[in-house]
Amino acid sequence: MASCGLEIPLRGYSDGDPFFLPAPEIARNCPIPDLLDKRLVIVTGKGGVGKTTVAVALGLRAASEGKRTIVCEVASQENASRMFAHTAVGFHEVEMEENLWSISIDPDESMREYVLLQLKVRAMRDMLFRSRIFNYLAAATPGLKELVTIGKIWELAQLDRKVKKGRKYDLVIVDAPATGHGVGFLQTPRTFASIARVGPIHSQAQTLDRFITDHEHTGTAIVAVPEEMPVNESMALERDLRGEVGVAVDRVYLNGLYPERFKKEEAERLAQLAESENGTNGATKAAARAALSEFNRAKSQRSQLNRLRRGVEAPVKTLPFLFEPELDVEAARRLSRKLG
Amino acid sequence: MASLNEVLEGKSICICAGSGGVGKTTTSAAIASGMAAQGLRVCVLTIDPAKRLADSLGLKELGNEARRVDPTLFEAQGVEMKGELWAMMLDAKATFDELIARQAPDEESRERVLNNRIYQQISSALAGSQEYMAMEKLFALHTEGEFDLLVLDTPPARNALDFLDAPKRLTQFIEGKSLRVFMKPTGLAAKVTGRGVSVALSVFKKIVGFDLLADLAEFFNAFSGMVDGFQARAKRVNKLLADRETCFLVVCGPQGEPIDEAVYFHRKLVEAKLPFGGVVVNKVHYPADELKGDIEDLPETLADKLGDPDLAKRVAANFADYQALAERDAHNIDHLASELRTSVVIRVPHLDEDVHDLAGLAQIDRYLFATAEERVEMAAGRA
Repeated sequence: MASCGLEIPLRGYSDGDPFFLPAPEIARNCPIPDLLDKRLVIVTGKGGVGKTTVAVALGLRAASEGKRTIVCEVASQENASRMFAHTAVGFHEVEMEENLWSISIDPDESMREYVLLQLKVRAMRDMLFRSRIFNYLAAATPGLKELVTIGKIWELAQLDRKVKKGRKYDLVIVDAPATGHGVGFLQTPRTFASIARVGPIHSQAQTLDRFITDHEHTGTAIVAVPEEMPVNESMALERDLRGEVGVAVDRVYLNGLYPERFKKEEAERLAQLAESENGTNGATKAAARAALSEFNRAKSQRSQLNRLRRGVEAPVKTLPFLFEPELDVEAARRLSRKLG
Repeated sequence: MASLNEVLEGKSICICAGSGGVGKTTTSAAIASGMAAQGLRVCVLTIDPAKRLADSLGLKELGNEARRVDPTLFEAQGVEMKGELWAMMLDAKATFDELIARQAPDEESRERVLNNRIYQQISSALAGSQEYMAMEKLFALHTEGEFDLLVLDTPPARNALDFLDAPKRLTQFIEGKSLRVFMKPTGLAAKVTGRGVSVALSVFKKIVGFDLLADLAEFFNAFSGMVDGFQARAKRVNKLLADRETCFLVVCGPQGEPIDEAVYFHRKLVEAKLPFGGVVVNKVHYPADELKGDIEDLPETLADKLGDPDLAKRVAANFADYQALAERDAHNIDHLASELRTSVVIRVPHLDEDVHDLAGLAQIDRYLFATAEERVEMAAGRA
């Protein structure tokens, strides 16, 4: 990749054990391959903004472009499998459609898998997990669960999979925990590398941190909705992701944007109509009021969209509000065609 | 259908719980300001409020201490404030530090804990710490007894269990019976007997490295003098949560997923024998049931009245979309009410503008505190 003149040095490694020092590499902050050409895309944002929908839509889009893609959930809520009207997938890579797989990454299962990869002997691993003191220490070590979860995400994204007969994926999409949890989650490897100063887990944590902060292969997409609080949080989230975590932020998706169905002049006429129908209880008045609500919401949403555009560095793409009772996989497929 | 006033009658603690993004912070603030307006001394404990909501409450430079919201701000909105509204933002780390300071037998053990790297991670990062500290602060304020009502906006738990299990999980973590070996000053393996244990320790050490293990040992060692105090306190916090003066409100949205989570959360409350008060459903599209008769010829009627067939068509299509959402919401809420076997389902409509100031809170209070008759009237008045 050609240098673009906006180079920022990779932080945090110069004072580490020289043994783990990466080749003198520079993280680049400009022309990045497009979002879906990365190996890992982390979908993050405040709770209830539609992260799962966007993660699944991105997955469908990538799969339709012929990329072998896996969508990972980390909060064991099985929202993604539910969208596909599929039974819970658990800690298994389950095929949902052509080129599209799904997994729910359970930290305990990740831990078992990780320890097995370290010890190589299943019987020894099982003995270890029966030991109370081991379970206790594992639970007591801050961040260990998050670390092995990220470790599993990393493992899924490797072309040279660590698990036996592991499938090779072109793209791994993560439906990340909500804001707050999300930033801490992505910082886990670095935090961990600083509390475990030596030993294999220290170097593994560093590998994970390099993986997350590698702008060429790892990106994030923030999902927001056009309301005051979520827009504020998205701006703060972008700052934290870029500044504190050091991960690339490639897109901000503003989800649930109402269509602009009525012009201002039309809204005025509708207001007059609603007024003249006052006292009646007819559908005319109700319909006029619904149209006015639509007009007002669409207007207030546009001002939030403008605030968001001014407040973030990443390109903002909008996704329409779907007037549908429940969002299923077909709704996600329609959204997937609108993803920029 | 019972009103919120009846639900909160005689309560000194109201805990608003639910998944992220359903409007918990707004609901908590609206309940607190509504109860304060009626004459109570109320404190709302919130976490991470939106900047403008914080500004409007005067929360701008708030720390871990309660501050009073300026009563003149309510008058400016035409709200008569008979009581007092106080608010504070929870700082989990600071609360944990205070707790350590209170429980530590002496200065030296306090410093040892506060300076331990494992403690520093746990107090800010361990799952459940924030939830536990919210309970802890609630307990401290309740014990001080300066407020008639405390309203807690719970942290957005990744799942409902996190929040209910937090006190238990954290005390279990700290007491760590199986780790008593660590607390012996002579240290790790010296006192350990049994081959299984030493293998487990050595494997763990191999994976995480010796220094992390040493830090953990030091942490438990430093904590050893406080275990009993922590246990006693956690017991009292749990008792307070189950007290009849406490009331849990489940907050949710009308879509399928938040409704499912509300049902799940309610089940967990019942299992834990915690007092459930009712459910608040935010952003509901109100149905216009009584209109069903003349909807068929709506496009023609509108075209006649507006003299603009194109606009009439769009108005009718938009109305049909809204009605579909209203039907979905009504269906989901019926399901919720029957699953929860409760008559306390308070619906707050999807307002045209999102709520981020005192005027918005006052508007929400009209719905939250409406009597059954008022609610019927308001539903009829909306599209």
